[in-house]
Amino acid sequence: MSSFRRERLSVTAVEAVGPYALLRVERGGLDPGVPGQFFMLEAPERVLPRPMSLCTARRGELAFLIDPIGPGTMALAELECGDRLHVFGPLGNGFRLDVARPLLVGGGIGIAPLPYLAEALEHPPALLGFRSELHAQAAELLPNAEVVIDPVLVTDAMPLDRDVLACGPEPMLEAVRALVPGAQLAWEAPMACGYGACYGCVVDIDGELKRLCVEGPVLCRS
Amino acid sequence: MQILNASGCLDALTAPHVASTLDAFVTKTVTPEPRAGNAPVRIAETEQGMLNGIGLANPGRRTFLGTTLPQLARAIDVPIWVSVGGFCVRDYVETCERLTSEEVACIELNLSCPNVDEAPEAAAEIVAACREVAAKPLYAKVSPHSWDMGETVRALEAAAADGLSMVNTLRAVALDTLLQPKLARGAGGYSGPALKPAALAAVLAARRATSLPIVGMGGVFDGRDALEFIACGATHVALGTVLFADPDAPTRVRRELVEEARRAGFDTPDDAFGVALETVARLAN
Repeated sequence: MSSFRRERLSVTAVEAVGPYALLRVERGGLDPGVPGQFFMLEAPERVLPRPMSLCTARRGELAFLIDPIGPGTMALAELECGDRLHVFGPLGNGFRLDVARPLLVGGGIGIAPLPYLAEALEHPPALLGFRSELHAQAAELLPNAEVVIDPVLVTDAMPLDRDVLACGPEPMLEAVRALVPGAQLAWEAPMACGYGACYGCVVDIDGELKRLCVEGPVLCRS
Repeated sequence: MQILNASGCLDALTAPHVASTLDAFVTKTVTPEPRAGNAPVRIAETEQGMLNGIGLANPGRRTFLGTTLPQLARAIDVPIWVSVGGFCVRDYVETCERLTSEEVACIELNLSCPNVDEAPEAAAEIVAACREVAAKPLYAKVSPHSWDMGETVRALEAAAADGLSMVNTLRAVALDTLLQPKLARGAGGYSGPALKPAALAAVLAARRATSLPIVGMGGVFDGRDALEFIACGATHVALGTVLFADPDAPTRVRRELVEEARRAGFDTPDDAFGVALETVARLAN
């Protein structure tokens, strides 16, 4: 398999983006990979690392959007400039970029992989949904995106004649897939290892339990 | 002293470069029929460890022997130990008698998975039946749930086990904020740093009862942990949960083990073999 490597990297900045934290680390010798791929980030004082898709890839840097909701993500969001953490990746399968009329669709923290994806696709239209004005501040990561806020849903505003590439909470992905069956969807699951070792992240794919870290996280119904 | 992986903690087909840094690779447990495993959620982190409720997901004996094992033999060049599971004596016996190919270096009988219904027979009975048919060395994977580890181990030795792998995970539960079990199955297997003291106690008690080789495992995260298992009487050490956090762990732990042995006053890690036992014996007298 792949070119994943594990390196100990320094934090270069942690920026507040609405309720989220954008964790910037030096890139070291790591390959940023394809948009939608993810990295395992060592969470200080925790037993297991946390899977995070790459948000932006400025020269010499990797950046991850963190939603501090549990002990691991809070520890990551509290890192400071100069702190060091192990990062390994890129892991899994990202988005296919050979699409004719891309539309990026994101919900909440699910917008994390979209800035890097937008860059790779030369800034296609994007539609983002958030639960509050505060969360919607994260839309600054994708300038020119159309933004809807709960109770309006992305599926209320989504054109159906596009090649949809989406990431967000499971109900949103299910709803997107119901409208655009061929959409490329980036899913999430609890994951201990990220490289196929733990069998913890299985999801039902075509009637079989398969490892999301190996088969996904981006899945597309053929 | 060899460094192995704990069964179920590494897939040598998705990460052959990690498996190749081990002295031997232990497969996920193989059962007679394919198993999808338990429904998610299957894993949960705790303060000092993790729970898993994978449920012996595996492709079943036929696919393992026909496809997986040849693939493994092509993918890695370290000895392959096959972990064998089942739900009655016959399950174990029928798999063992088919594991004859030269790709198989050793058989580890998983007698102690906390995530499935166990075979009703005693561990020693299963070992004795497998010994009748197996053409390979037989290791028994031992549960930390034992009233009398010495008695358990003596029974396994009497049944002609060639070695012991100890310990498997501890059955445990973790609750979420709504006071519901985090794992879909409820209870799961507890591993990681929190398991180490219980595993060391099990190895120590086993070593007092037998001279069989012991693969010690349970919360080994660094070289010092590995040295402690050797001091308690392990002849080899296996890495489990740490492989999830650090795929470079085999190389790192091997290096640290040599350094830690020297720091503790031993020329080599093997020189520390059983030293904790001597103290225990002295105190007992």
